[in-house]
Amino acid sequence: MLHIEDLWVDVQGKEVLRGINMDIGKGETHCLFGKNGSGKTTLLMTLMGFDGYEVKHGKIVFQGEDITHMPLYERARLGMGLSFQRPPTLRGVKLRDMLNLCSSVQGAGMELAIEYGFERFLDREVNLGFSGGEIKKSELLQLLAQNPALTLLDEPESGVDIENLNVIGDMIRRLLEKDKHRNRTKSGLIITHTGFILNYVTADKGHVMLNGKLCCQGNPIDIFEGIQKHGYEECAKCQF
Amino acid sequence: MPVLKQGSDKARDEDLLKRFKSASEADASGEAELDSEERKRLKQTGVDLDAANRLGTFIQTNCHVSSCHCDIEGVEMLPVTEALKKYDGLKDYWWKILDPGKDAFTREADRNLDNGYFIRARAGAKVVYPLQACLYIRNDNVAQKVHNVVVAEEGSELHIITGCTTHPHLTSGLHIGVSEFYVKKGAKLVFTMVHNWAEDVYVRPRTAIVVEEGGTFLSNYISLKGVKSVQTFPTCTLKGRNAIARFNSVIVAPEGSDIDTGSRVVLEAPETRAEIISRTISYGGRVVARGHLIGKAENIKAHLECQGLMLAEHGVIHAIPELEAHVADVDMSHEAAVGRIAKEEIEYLMSRGLDEEAATSTIVRGFLNVKIDGLPKELDDELQKAVEECRHGM
Repeated sequence: MLHIEDLWVDVQGKEVLRGINMDIGKGETHCLFGKNGSGKTTLLMTLMGFDGYEVKHGKIVFQGEDITHMPLYERARLGMGLSFQRPPTLRGVKLRDMLNLCSSVQGAGMELAIEYGFERFLDREVNLGFSGGEIKKSELLQLLAQNPALTLLDEPESGVDIENLNVIGDMIRRLLEKDKHRNRTKSGLIITHTGFILNYVTADKGHVMLNGKLCCQGNPIDIFEGIQKHGYEECAKCQF
Repeated sequence: MPVLKQGSDKARDEDLLKRFKSASEADASGEAELDSEERKRLKQTGVDLDAANRLGTFIQTNCHVSSCHCDIEGVEMLPVTEALKKYDGLKDYWWKILDPGKDAFTREADRNLDNGYFIRARAGAKVVYPLQACLYIRNDNVAQKVHNVVVAEEGSELHIITGCTTHPHLTSGLHIGVSEFYVKKGAKLVFTMVHNWAEDVYVRPRTAIVVEEGGTFLSNYISLKGVKSVQTFPTCTLKGRNAIARFNSVIVAPEGSDIDTGSRVVLEAPETRAEIISRTISYGGRVVARGHLIGKAENIKAHLECQGLMLAEHGVIHAIPELEAHVADVDMSHEAAVGRIAKEEIEYLMSRGLDEEAATSTIVRGFLNVKIDGLPKELDDELQKAVEECRHGM
């Protein structure tokens, strides 16, 4: 599904990612751990194709196509979707319009909004005055409407209260087809700082990023427990 | 850079007046029926001559009032010259809240008035559908001088759409519009004004509003087309407790347009509220978006918002928000932001699969999105079209 090869990325002239290699297969969910500032978000933004993330070396292959220099919206159309950690507010644009714009199937967004009890937000301006949990719900609703093959999630649990974590977890499981055990086609890459999301979504593989490099990969639960016990410093020492 | 103060420049203003002939000179043609092209033009300006739900219509072509009828009980509509005769010079309303000596244009309207409308909703009358008025310049190089008086008596409710426009093939003209609005106790007046001028038209509205206790004045101002120069700064005085004023403006300034607009609200009585919201877009033109809130009594609440989008590399948007408190116990705020569309907003939409053009027009459409009840479809379409033009103007 996704193949990243020796990816070096600069942001505002500063080297942030330094030789990333990663493969995410069809139906797999991977987790990305790492300290603040280690380059996790940069990796997601680069994969999605945002401006300002300059690929200096290496390539990104998605769905068999080299997308390293493909425009953002074409990647989205090819089946990549991103949930923003802090999305911008769109004044005057209603969530209803946004969901309709995202929907891969006409009306999908509306149905989802009703299903998740989000109707009363439909006539609100996108993200204006939304709480942390509401932002995440709105992001995940948009993604569900968009129905991407690969979902990129940037700290989906941040700012969400315990009560809503369940719903968020449920929406992510649905995005990643976690109810399917065979023939699952949806893949995901989840940045998590706290690891909370692992209580709601099973992941196949974990990676640790330190200073723009992936320094460890393996079972996500084991990695997360290791980090909790020994901190990220030990990851730096441990060469898998 | 032009000066900040809007004020008048006597010599310049009088010079401008000399350039145009009076509407009465041109008015042989003012009496002819409107053809289909003209009717379409009016529709795009918010005035629909075919709509079944417009029960009151006033049309002034140059200086000639070609239509003035109103079938709504409790509402009176007259050419203002007739009202002056019928009601003994409209003593309580004529030049009561505006000074005829204010500048060259008010003096001209005072001396050489063409006409205008007088609309009054009697006490308790509640009008569901908007009345419409059109001030139409049909001939090139004409100065049209209008003086309107609107009175919403106690407990009444009234919505007026006024469309000001020129003949589709005309380029040059001058419109002077003096308007005095009186919103009495507990009354509500919604006033929607649509400007649809031509490239060499000068526009000088002079407007004042007084709102009594518990009354509400809502103003919507829309100007989407090119115009040589607009200069307007309506002043609303909230005189009675709990009175409310709200001004919404949506202004697009194409290349060559110079639009100096704003609203001022004087909150004179306790517990009054005011809101001024302007959305302006420049795609090459100059817009001055003024707002001035003056708090003179306790427990008032007032908010001012100027948002400007620069959609061309040149052009000017000059937001001038002013707050002026005269007592301590007031709650007054403003926010102003001018710039190009934030890249992160465009990219946010692009990450959902929209290309850059579609993302941009979604944001511009949102920006111009003001909820105005009772606008005809043609005007809504015009709004959409203006959005498209903005996009191509980038």
